[in-house]
Amino acid sequence: MTKAKTKSKAKTALQKVKFYQTGTLTVGNRLMDEDARSVQASMDRSNALTSGHRACQGCGEALGARYAIDAAMRAVNNRIVAVNATGCLEVFTTPYPETAWSIPWIHSLFGNAAAVATGVAAANRVKGRKDVKVIAQGGDGGTTDIGFGCLSGMFERNDDVLYICYDNEAYMNTGVQRSSATPPTARTATTPSVGDKPGNVFGTGKNLPLIAMAHNIPYVATASVSDLHDLETKVTRAMDIKGSRYIHIFVPCPLGWGTAAHDTIRIARLAMESGLFPLFEAEHGEVNSSSPIRRQVPVEDYLRPQRRFAHLFKKGHEDTESIARLQAMADANIKRFNLLRKHNQRDEL
Amino acid sequence: MKPFAITLDVGTSLANHTGSWRNERPVYLDRLPPCNAACPAGENIQAWLYHAEEGDYHAAWQEIMQHNPMPAIMGRVCYHACEGACNRGKVDEAVGIHAVERFLGDEAQKKGWTVDCASPSGKNVLVIGAGPSGLSAAYHLARLGHAVTIHEAGPFSGGMMRFGIPKYRLPREVLDAEVQRILDMGVTLKVDSKVDDIQALMKDGGFDACFVAVGAHLAKRANIPAGDASHILDAVSMLRGMETEAEPPLLGRRVVVYGGGNTAVDVARTAKRLGASEALIVYRRTREQMPAHDFEMEEAEEEGVLVHWLRTIKQIEDTTFTVEKMALNDDGWPEPTGEFETIEADTLVLALGQDVDTSFLEKVPGVNIAKDGVVDVDETMMTGCDGIFAGGDMVPAERTVTVAVGHGKKAARNIDAYLRRFRYKPPPKHEVAEFENLNSWYYTDADQRVQPALDLIRRQTTFQEVLGGLDETNALFEARRCLSCGNCFECDNCYGVCPDNAVIKLGPGKRFEFNYDYCKGCGMCVAECPCGAIKMVPEEN
Repeated sequence: MTKAKTKSKAKTALQKVKFYQTGTLTVGNRLMDEDARSVQASMDRSNALTSGHRACQGCGEALGARYAIDAAMRAVNNRIVAVNATGCLEVFTTPYPETAWSIPWIHSLFGNAAAVATGVAAANRVKGRKDVKVIAQGGDGGTTDIGFGCLSGMFERNDDVLYICYDNEAYMNTGVQRSSATPPTARTATTPSVGDKPGNVFGTGKNLPLIAMAHNIPYVATASVSDLHDLETKVTRAMDIKGSRYIHIFVPCPLGWGTAAHDTIRIARLAMESGLFPLFEAEHGEVNSSSPIRRQVPVEDYLRPQRRFAHLFKKGHEDTESIARLQAMADANIKRFNLLRKHNQRDEL
Repeated sequence: MKPFAITLDVGTSLANHTGSWRNERPVYLDRLPPCNAACPAGENIQAWLYHAEEGDYHAAWQEIMQHNPMPAIMGRVCYHACEGACNRGKVDEAVGIHAVERFLGDEAQKKGWTVDCASPSGKNVLVIGAGPSGLSAAYHLARLGHAVTIHEAGPFSGGMMRFGIPKYRLPREVLDAEVQRILDMGVTLKVDSKVDDIQALMKDGGFDACFVAVGAHLAKRANIPAGDASHILDAVSMLRGMETEAEPPLLGRRVVVYGGGNTAVDVARTAKRLGASEALIVYRRTREQMPAHDFEMEEAEEEGVLVHWLRTIKQIEDTTFTVEKMALNDDGWPEPTGEFETIEADTLVLALGQDVDTSFLEKVPGVNIAKDGVVDVDETMMTGCDGIFAGGDMVPAERTVTVAVGHGKKAARNIDAYLRRFRYKPPPKHEVAEFENLNSWYYTDADQRVQPALDLIRRQTTFQEVLGGLDETNALFEARRCLSCGNCFECDNCYGVCPDNAVIKLGPGKRFEFNYDYCKGCGMCVAECPCGAIKMVPEEN
């Protein structure tokens, strides 16, 4: 590890805080120093994605995007350009001539966000603008399927771009079709809950964070709207690194998943606490940190509140085999990323 | 500040008022914390913990003093109903409220903190009895600007706090300091001054109102056939003797205490400390039915106090006690079984409860003595006689120091209203914050801080205080374990989790506001509020 990297890590590492009633689990905390609080707790956060956007009630993606872009803006003194793939995030924020973005923002095609971002970064380099950072962002469809070739190229060339994928596990904007990020057994418009094995099949799909790591890029991380402090720490760290960086953020979709609008964060938390969505970081292809599970739950707790998994829990016909296979996936994550290690939950005073 | 490189002003999504999508709206509210709801003295516990969390112990103490004049005493002897109700008990363990209160009370004594009084009202109030209820009333009346004189029949102030609660639970220097602070506010205390004729005294002394709180000091007796040589005492005079006599009462080696209340436990533990090799409580019902509190029973058993459950004493012959075994019937009442056994003991102490000496009140016109010997009062604590109020152990209620202190406060507020000719109306109560209203995920796990306890040998041989206090570090930690049930503590969660940026942060101490122009009514703020200070209500149209 280079000297510069060590320094950046010290600056952005989650601070060890004393016991302050809620520790760092809440967005802010009146008992904590201002700079130990989250960006979202600040009265002058940038609200890069502002009010009036047309996302559904309780949209996880709208929330995740504001969390990430606000943190990125704080990290580099607001000097960013964002390139957006087609998808919900583009459609609900920017129905021309109106936009909810208060940053320089560009949209081209569904599949070319990574390539356009590469171009913006190249233009900046040519013009000698070292202070302006480039972020590319899109949903799981634009990232794992349609834009995958461009993204892989961007990684391979190590272009100076942070790519953020907001993963809601299907094409929500066009009517909830399956993507290669859709989990097994989930019902979508193209994987209906009919037949012997209803919903999406097992053994398909891609794990993009692991694919990104295989490109040996400087930084890969997963994050979730249910852990704001962790998300902000990762975005801040990514903004301090040069080269290709990738952050994959878990953002539940009330409409596509069939969950209550107020449950978005709770569902994301259950994904994290069941082990189905592990939070980790990797540098140059090596995992170097993960967030331990605080209160472990069985996958059933995560699946049951979602209508896209309702066919697993039909009265009298519970699909125990599929539930067990999903649990096995969670258990594999727990083992792989060491999520059940003891961690000191009680911050010392 | 205009963001870098932005030229587009028109065309912002802010023109799109998404609030019109909503059919339910979130609203902020304050709910009543369960601790506050449970406190017999009506303390705003959460409010003083809030100050203590910031390390502002003076403000915390002042908040307690709005309701309770004796935090150092209360933190030691109160049976803390608040902790039984505490929602944190469902997360890990209840907040040790009493321990923090005691810390604040001790800090106040160390630092000499005082309270302010209103300007003099010109009214005189007579208080009869210097127990917790009388002292509390005197304190609150003095703060409201009235001149107060307390007449106390006994030689010292404190009432049952001195004559009922042993030193090892309440050191006398703590009691004296708390009383002294009340006297320093200008309250006059006359000891050894038994009142026989209230109305004459009120007339002669120019008193405008009177609060009677003489307590319940007459020991109940039991009809046990006993020989002349038997040594029988009652708990009230024995515990009182510990304070007023030069020598402690002679109990002998083996002491039997008859009764199952906290007083019985206090007597047994005192006997142990006075050198009894055997202190045995005899109670006619079971442990579950015993009115004594669990923690006191546990401490007593640690010190070697023994208990015989389901026994009644039938006869005493010198040092031989004949006891009959009892059995619970289907209704849970003990019934004699006809089986007998004998115990050898030197002394019997009766701890069967106390009655009120109401003789001096019987001559006051209008005052009604209820069947069980306690005095009837209305909802303002006034007796049937205009201007004469009563409270504490002598009126129908649970007999604890905390209830008595609460009576004193309530009576003082009503006496103040009576003197100023208005009717005191307590503010309406909010709905209670239930555990289901909270999102406990957000609270860091934290075990209760433990108060240090005196070692067992000292507990069996001396009257040193059994429990020590928390140091500042631990008291602060304990205060911060408060979940702030039902009341916003500005954690910024609602402000952070709104996908529509529709929560306005107003700044420290000012809480938040909803921007209903953009709030879509998803309810995430309600679901993610740790303390249950937001709720959804239907839109009207």
